[in-house]
Amino acid sequence: MRKGQYSQKLISNLEKKALRIRQLIIEMVYRAGSGHPGGSLSAVEIVTALYFHIMRIRPKEPHWEDRDRFILSKGHACPVLYAALAERGFFNIKELYTLRRINSILQGHPDMKKTPGVDMTSGSLGHGLSVGVGMALAAKLDNKDYHVYVLLGDGELQEGLIWEAAMSAAHYKLDNLTAIVDYNGLQVDGKVSDIMEIAPVAEKWKSFGWKVLKIDGHNFYQILESIEEAKSSRNVPVVIIAHTVKGKGVSFMENVVDWHGKAPTKEEYKLAMRELYGKK
Amino acid sequence: MIMSNVMMMTMRESYGKTLVKLGEKYKNIVVLDADISKSTCTYYFGKRFPQRWFNFGVAEQNMVSAAAGLATCGKIPFVNTYAVFASMRACEQIRTMIAYPCLNVKIVASHGGISTGWDGVTHQGTEDIGIMRCIPNMTVVSPADPIATEKLIEISVKHKGPMYIRLARNPCPIIYGDDEKFTLGKAKILKEGNDVTIVATGIMVFEALKAEEVLRSKGIYARVVDIHTIKPIDEDMIVDSAKKTNAILTAEDHNILGGLGSAVAEILCRSYPAPMEFVGLKDTFGESGSPQELFKKYGLSHKHIVHRALKLLKRKKKVKV
Repeated sequence: MRKGQYSQKLISNLEKKALRIRQLIIEMVYRAGSGHPGGSLSAVEIVTALYFHIMRIRPKEPHWEDRDRFILSKGHACPVLYAALAERGFFNIKELYTLRRINSILQGHPDMKKTPGVDMTSGSLGHGLSVGVGMALAAKLDNKDYHVYVLLGDGELQEGLIWEAAMSAAHYKLDNLTAIVDYNGLQVDGKVSDIMEIAPVAEKWKSFGWKVLKIDGHNFYQILESIEEAKSSRNVPVVIIAHTVKGKGVSFMENVVDWHGKAPTKEEYKLAMRELYGKK
Repeated sequence: MIMSNVMMMTMRESYGKTLVKLGEKYKNIVVLDADISKSTCTYYFGKRFPQRWFNFGVAEQNMVSAAAGLATCGKIPFVNTYAVFASMRACEQIRTMIAYPCLNVKIVASHGGISTGWDGVTHQGTEDIGIMRCIPNMTVVSPADPIATEKLIEISVKHKGPMYIRLARNPCPIIYGDDEKFTLGKAKILKEGNDVTIVATGIMVFEALKAEEVLRSKGIYARVVDIHTIKPIDEDMIVDSAKKTNAILTAEDHNILGGLGSAVAEILCRSYPAPMEFVGLKDTFGESGSPQELFKKYGLSHKHIVHRALKLLKRKKKVKV
C-alpha cells in the first residue's frame, strides 16, 4: 500500500475516532444488557472511514437528497453505526444509552424512521444489497453522483438474495454501488467455514461480474485506498472483501464466537473498558 | 338479463395502459417486473419509458427490495409479479423493507384467485389477501373490473405509502362506467335491498350482481357492496349493511380464512353481530381447469352465492325468533 497518499494526521485521527467508537459500542451494549458486540467491533474501521472521511453527508440534514448512502445490511452490528452517527452529530451521544429500551430512537436493529442518519431499515439479513441496487439505480436515473455503500456480513453471503442482487448490480452496471464484506470468519453458530462454507468468496463475486478488492479491514490506509479505487470504477460494481477480526480491540472478545450476540457482565465490561481506555 | 351483453376486458390490459398514462404525468414513477411483463402488461410502459422500466428477471425478492431502495430516493416504484410470488416469495421483503419503513411502493399482483385457471395451484394466489392484510401500514386493494383497476391505480399514485393491488388474470366483465369515482376505503353499493347484503371483492362482485338478479326473481332483495379496498375496510358500510339487512354474505376468490370474509367478521363480531355466510375457497387449494369449471367445482359461482344467501336467510329468521 502506498502510505504517502494519506497524511499521518488523517490516519491517526481516524484511529482515535475508531477507539472512541469501540468504547461507545461496549458502553452501550453493556448498558442495554443485550446486543451484538462482536460484529460491531469487526466493522469499526470500515464504518469510521466511511462516516469520518469518505461519505458526503450533512448531519444536520439527514435526508439531504445528494448525500452518499450507507446500508448496514448486517443490521445486528448497529452499535457501530449508532456510535458513528452520534459522534458525527446526527443525534445526541446520550441517546446511545437508550439502545434497545422502550421508546428509544435506537432499535435493536436499524430503523430509518426512528434514527436520524439511518438510510435504510435493516436487520433481516440478505436484503441490503438489493436495496442498494435500488438506490444506485435511482442515482443513475436522476443523474446524481452520490455513492451507495452496503456493508455485508460474511455469514450473510449464505443468503440467496445477496446473489440475486449481485447479478442485478452487474447487469445494470452500477459503478456507484460498493459492497464491503466484513469477513471476520465467524457467525452465530460457529466458524463460517464449518457452518456453510462461502469460499471462494472473491471468485464468486468475480463470476457475478464484480470487480473484487481484498484488504485488511482494520488498516485505514487499505480501507481508504480501496474505497477510492471502488469509486473510480466505471460500469462495474466493486466489492471490497475486508478481512477482519470479530470482536477486534477487546482481547477476550477477539475471534470468540460467543461474543456475536451477548452483552458483557459488569466484570467483563470493566475489563474491556480498561483495555480500551488504556490504549488512548 | 342485463348482464348477458357486458363488455369483457382484462384488468391487466387496463392496468398496463393506465401505467403509461400515469408515466407521462409522473416522472418519478418507475416500473419493475420479474420476467412476466407481457403477462402483467408493463411492457407498454417499458416501450414508452425504457429508462424507467426495469426487468429484474426471475428474482422477485431482489425486485421488491430494490423497489424499497428506489422509494427511499423519491421514486414511486410499481412492482409487478403474480399474487403468489408477491405475497409469499417476496413476503418478508414486503413486510420488513417496504411496510415497516412505510415506503411508497405499489405492489401490483396479477393472477389473484383460482380464476387464474389452467396454470393450476402454483400460479393461483389464494392466500394473498390474508397475508397482506395482516401487515401493518399496508393498504390492500382489489378492483372489481378494468375500470375500477384504472381508477384505483390512478388513486394509488396519490396515496403515499405501501399498497397491494390484486388483479385477476382473465378477461372480466366491465361493470363500471368510465366516469365512476372511487375513494380508497369507501365501499360502493351497487344494488339496494333489505333482505341480505352480499359483500364482494374483485371479480366476485360480478358474480354477486348475477346472484342478486336470481334472488330478485325469487322475491329476495339483496344489497350488493363492492369492497374494492379490503384494508382499510369500510367499517361504516359493513355495520350499516348489518343493521339494514341483518344478514351478511361475503364473496371472494380467495381462501375463506384470512381474507375479505374474515375482515368483515372481525367488524361484525365487534360492532354489530349478525348472521354471516362465506363464499370462497373452503381452506383448500384449487387445480387446473377453466375459471368457470373451477368456480363450479369449488363453490364460487353466482349459483353458490344464491344458495348461501338462501341458507343465510333461514338462519336469519331463526335468530329473529
